[in-house]
Amino acid sequence: MTAGLLGRKIGMTTVIGDKGVVEPVTVVKAGPCVVLQVKDAKTDGYDAIQLGFEDVKPHRSTKPLIGHAAKAGTGPKRASGEIRLAEPATAGPGDVVTVEAFASDEAIYVDVTGETKGRGFAGVMKRHNFGGKEASHGVERKHRSPGSIGGHANLGLGRGVKKGKRMAGHMGCVNRTIMALKVVSVDVDNDLMLIRGSVPGANGSLVTIRSTKKVGRNTV
Amino acid sequence: MRHPLIELAEKSYLKPKPPLFHIGDTVDVHTRIVEGDKERIQVFNGVVLARRGCGVNEKFTVRRIVANEGVERTFMVHSPNVVKLEIKRRGKVRRAKLYFLRDRVGKKRKLRELRVHKPAAASKKNKLAVAAV
Repeated sequence: MTAGLLGRKIGMTTVIGDKGVVEPVTVVKAGPCVVLQVKDAKTDGYDAIQLGFEDVKPHRSTKPLIGHAAKAGTGPKRASGEIRLAEPATAGPGDVVTVEAFASDEAIYVDVTGETKGRGFAGVMKRHNFGGKEASHGVERKHRSPGSIGGHANLGLGRGVKKGKRMAGHMGCVNRTIMALKVVSVDVDNDLMLIRGSVPGANGSLVTIRSTKKVGRNTV
Repeated sequence: MRHPLIELAEKSYLKPKPPLFHIGDTVDVHTRIVEGDKERIQVFNGVVLARRGCGVNEKFTVRRIVANEGVERTFMVHSPNVVKLEIKRRGKVRRAKLYFLRDRVGKKRKLRELRVHKPAAASKKNKLAVAAV
């Protein structure tokens, strides 16, 4: 089964199972999403559905987007995203996808994509998990420095610092996917999903949920 | 403030009737303990030192003296393993965290008992006080 949804990360909380086992969960308001367009191998080169999430007032949207949504018989959407499918789509434009897609008696695992929180210009300890330097033993003003960034300039290896050397720089605000997170529960009435563990992005940010690509995790 | 949708999501994991108790109460906490396929109930008796957290995450700390050594255990209010909570004695306290009891030795450990006025009408009032907390 391939299923996907767009949603909003609400925040994290705790859940206690029947046996008293405590699990950390992220609450995601997922869907309902409208299928805006169906892509197929013949015309587009691959199979996918394009989903729209959250209505937006027409005067805040653009004519091209309104027209695109109108083809699926719906109003303009705030966000849209594509879910790649392994086989031709069964859904058509205008169909509504809800969290029910992830409701199952068996354990379902999902991949969640979102834009990570921005960290600004971050040093190497935060950005690349470098160790830094000692707190004492003669270290002065260089406790969080990267250390050496290369050897002697011309030793036959080319000039200066090697390409791809990990250094300080901008961190965060990139798309990240966390794979194989377990769906703890699905609340169909309120369009809520509880996903075990954390999910990229700030509370209130947009996330994409897909059934996991990890082999052997999903039996259904 | 917590997001209303988080509270909605937590709802089914909350106990319909969470135990009512106060800081300073001496309580018996009945916990379910599973050993292999056997199940038994263990009782932990002591003074409620603190309550913290909210929603599903609400916990309380109980302190008792075992063999002259202070022992503290933290329980989750909404855990199904906390089967029952009995109030043995109400303590008269003026703060939310009773960490000062940790430094007390001997008779000073005892909290003054909160006398609840009887009977019916007054107990109704007391119930309201409980609800307010």
